[in-house]
Amino acid sequence: MATPRKTMELPESSPSGAELDEKLQALKKALEAYDQAVARNAGTHRHVSYDTISGAPNKLLYTPLDTAGMDYARDLGMPGEYPFTRGIHPSLYRHKLWTMRQFSGFGSARDTNQRFKFLLGRGQTGLSVAFDNPTIMGYDSDDPKCIGEVGVTGVAIDSLADMETLFDGIAQDQVSTSMTINGPAAIIFAFYLACAEKRGIHFDKLRGTLQNDILKEYIAQKTWCFPPHPSMRIIADVMTFATRSVPKWNTISISGYHIREAGATAAQELAFTLADGFAYVDAGIQAGLSVDDFAPRLSFFWNSHLDFFEEIGKFRAARRIWARVLRDKYGAKKRESLLMRFHTQTAGVSLMAQEPENNIVRTAFEAMAAVLGGTQSLHTNSMDETLALPSEKAVQIALRTQQVLAYETGVANTIDPLAGSYYVEATTNRLEREAEEYFREIERRGGVIKAIEEGFFQREIARSAWQYQQEVERKERIIVGVNEFVTESKIDIPLLKIDPSVEPEQLASLKKLRETRDNGAVKQSLARLTEAARGTDNVMEKILDCARVYATEGEIRGAMREVYGDYRETAEF
Amino acid sequence: MDRRIRVLVGKPGLDGHDRGAKVVAAALRDAGMEVIYTGLHQTPEMIVEAAVQEDVDVVALSVLSGAHLTVFPRVRALLEERGAGHKLLTGGGIIPDEDIEMLKQKGVGRLFGPGTNTSDIVEYIREWARTHAHSEG
Repeated sequence: MATPRKTMELPESSPSGAELDEKLQALKKALEAYDQAVARNAGTHRHVSYDTISGAPNKLLYTPLDTAGMDYARDLGMPGEYPFTRGIHPSLYRHKLWTMRQFSGFGSARDTNQRFKFLLGRGQTGLSVAFDNPTIMGYDSDDPKCIGEVGVTGVAIDSLADMETLFDGIAQDQVSTSMTINGPAAIIFAFYLACAEKRGIHFDKLRGTLQNDILKEYIAQKTWCFPPHPSMRIIADVMTFATRSVPKWNTISISGYHIREAGATAAQELAFTLADGFAYVDAGIQAGLSVDDFAPRLSFFWNSHLDFFEEIGKFRAARRIWARVLRDKYGAKKRESLLMRFHTQTAGVSLMAQEPENNIVRTAFEAMAAVLGGTQSLHTNSMDETLALPSEKAVQIALRTQQVLAYETGVANTIDPLAGSYYVEATTNRLEREAEEYFREIERRGGVIKAIEEGFFQREIARSAWQYQQEVERKERIIVGVNEFVTESKIDIPLLKIDPSVEPEQLASLKKLRETRDNGAVKQSLARLTEAARGTDNVMEKILDCARVYATEGEIRGAMREVYGDYRETAEF
Repeated sequence: MDRRIRVLVGKPGLDGHDRGAKVVAAALRDAGMEVIYTGLHQTPEMIVEAAVQEDVDVVALSVLSGAHLTVFPRVRALLEERGAGHKLLTGGGIIPDEDIEMLKQKGVGRLFGPGTNTSDIVEYIREWARTHAHSEG
């Protein structure tokens, strides 16, 4: 709120006054005079917040003094070289544009299969599956808990049979597929693998990503099957299995997206997500893998929010921290282990229900930040997503936004073009510092799982969300069409409607499946899975056996639940 | 007479998007109401049981899962069954206008969409309490 401008402070890493060379001394003097002149006029400044959207103070002006302690080789380096601040590839988008990957899924497997074909037909280059809530939670569609939710916010998948329909006519060895699934990730992965196997496609031809990031589920997205410790064991089994058998598959997409959506600041998103990433590295090492065997298959998933420069700083800081910690703490030797490859999605929370067409503009700015931050793939939200799942028209505009960015604006021509900006470098450094403070705090609390169990992340995020909401309500933050420039217009864009027959039809086909499959084989495979869950055998292999004989997701979950039990969080606000 | 307004903030179904529920819970609390938050993954039966046990005046549900046409009428019916039909059933989430209208006709109170000012929710509940209940918040 129009706070008086603070006097310029030197960054922590900068040399002391006495060591500053003459030019910097002169600059410091000039800056003092500038600061005084600005302070005299502070009364004329507009009465809004000048902090970032995360609440971090912005100075009016950044100068070489803000980057005085920086060393190009140490802190930035060349693209494709340690510490990868400027990007993971030497030629980035000249070599290959980012993958344009729209997350989609609704209704039945057949409905979503048609949407996939529509998107591929319009130049999309990868698939990303959105599952419905029952699938995400590991329940079958006919579970009483799922009434009204089957096929509503994503596609309903109960067994291998649904997966076969979902990928009907789509060559699994030609397309990379990302699957947003966490609690039951191993089960859905098994359906995908079994589907490929039935078509004679070898697992080593499959490319794609399993989100499989359970830690951020406890922290933010809140869809889980089992408590944290058994979940981490399943993840380690998936990593072990995939490292051996599905080598081109990204086994975990360590996700900040949902943490940010739940209300986190940029620094919290950065810190909590990286802390989760380190926890997975620890889990892989504890499972007996060498860090260089699995770290190259870990990828990340970030949010791109509206605060343009802060987001770019976040992406750059993320690459640098990951590379440094993997090299220095975990002793990774392979270059690929140090590379933070990431997918980005524009911020769902920044979309507004009022005048939804304005969301096209918001999304375009966010997408540009992601590209300037060096993303490997991108999902742009559709304008209507605060109202419903996107219509075909809306999703086409979202995809076209990426294509305009890639082919018309010129931003992809030069790598990391904002490097050297005093502001962007200072922001990158600031976010790195804030993340490191959080790492120490998490360490002090006994690590990520302990911090989850005591509700630390959940409280931090809820507090940030509430602070932000209050700033909006006090109009320190203006949201166009919502708390300023408000018009009383009716929403007149066509919305996607989910066919109400999806749920009964899904229940009917599930019933038929249970009647026609080899139930003896199902029972046997489930019993072996329970046994593996109790012992130390790799559960992923047993889950795959269950999938092959058309055991359902809920049955497979149930076979492990006998051993692992349920999870309930303590609800705090 | 001077009892504070008691509100149950509920999160029905499988959906885990709890940012809105928590923000609203904090806003109602800061406005002086007594707020009980159910936490996630509640069935309509669990919500109504909690509403009766806690003797709340208001049940406020956050639904972003698209299941609003199933959830709100079910909670309404269960409240009636338990002789708690006098409680206000309100809420919010991703709910199209035409569905809001349909739910209104089934006895559901105001439903708030994205971009709502929390003070509007506070005001609505206070106003309802002034005209319907014996408590003041």
